[in-house]
Amino acid sequence: MRVVEVAVDLNRRKALKTGGGLGLLALLGAVGLIRPEAALAEWQMSAFDAKTMNEALDALGVVVPEDSASIQLSAPEVAENGAVVPVTVESSLAHTEQISILVDKNPTMLVSSFAIPEGTEGYLSTRIKMAQTATVIALVKANGKFYRVSREVKVTAGGC
Amino acid sequence: MSAPTKIRATIKDGVTEVRVLMQHEMENGRRKDEAGNLIPAWFITEIKAQHNGRTVLEGRFGTSVSKNPYLIFRFRGGAPGDKIVLSWRDNRGDARSDEAAIS
Repeated sequence: MRVVEVAVDLNRRKALKTGGGLGLLALLGAVGLIRPEAALAEWQMSAFDAKTMNEALDALGVVVPEDSASIQLSAPEVAENGAVVPVTVESSLAHTEQISILVDKNPTMLVSSFAIPEGTEGYLSTRIKMAQTATVIALVKANGKFYRVSREVKVTAGGC
Repeated sequence: MSAPTKIRATIKDGVTEVRVLMQHEMENGRRKDEAGNLIPAWFITEIKAQHNGRTVLEGRFGTSVSKNPYLIFRFRGGAPGDKIVLSWRDNRGDARSDEAAIS
């Protein structure tokens, strides 16, 4: 058990070291110093590597997400097993085109991201891992704009 | 060799609900085995669902998706007997595709 804790700690230190670099890349993309195509090709990888919420949002191309009452995020108040936490996102926003799920205290914040084509409903249910008690965020892109809702989930035994 | 994905699709009031259970370890690369060696990351990175050849859902996964990823999604249309195909690819380049009919 102790061995595992040490590993987690080391990883966090590594994250702190590399975190600055990723932020810089996103910044360069934002001010147009690197080609937009290159920035786009980068999104998928960098989004999943993001260690802070701002990095994750940058990598997903989010400007300012707005809170919305049209999105429902269901997750248990208390999750006994952090390895399997059921999460459901339901968006009644017209033209929902993307749904992403993030956990703010996981080693990698972005859990999954889905593209919703026309004809598919803004509904998605899945199971995620949570390292500890944290906030689960549903980020929805509809009609070109980003919206989000969040919910705290207490985790009894972390599983990441 | 990967195990087949379980797919169940049912139609109700013009909306098809698809339930998918993929069989995958989803190792996050931070766990250690009994000898203390780091288990390398091994996880599904992308999925795609198609209805009669038309894409109805695409997804990208990170390592925080639970072992044996489970998904439920819904799309308008579909008829009993229509083909639903679910394909995935993981970070080792392994891929598989499974299909089921809407009931």
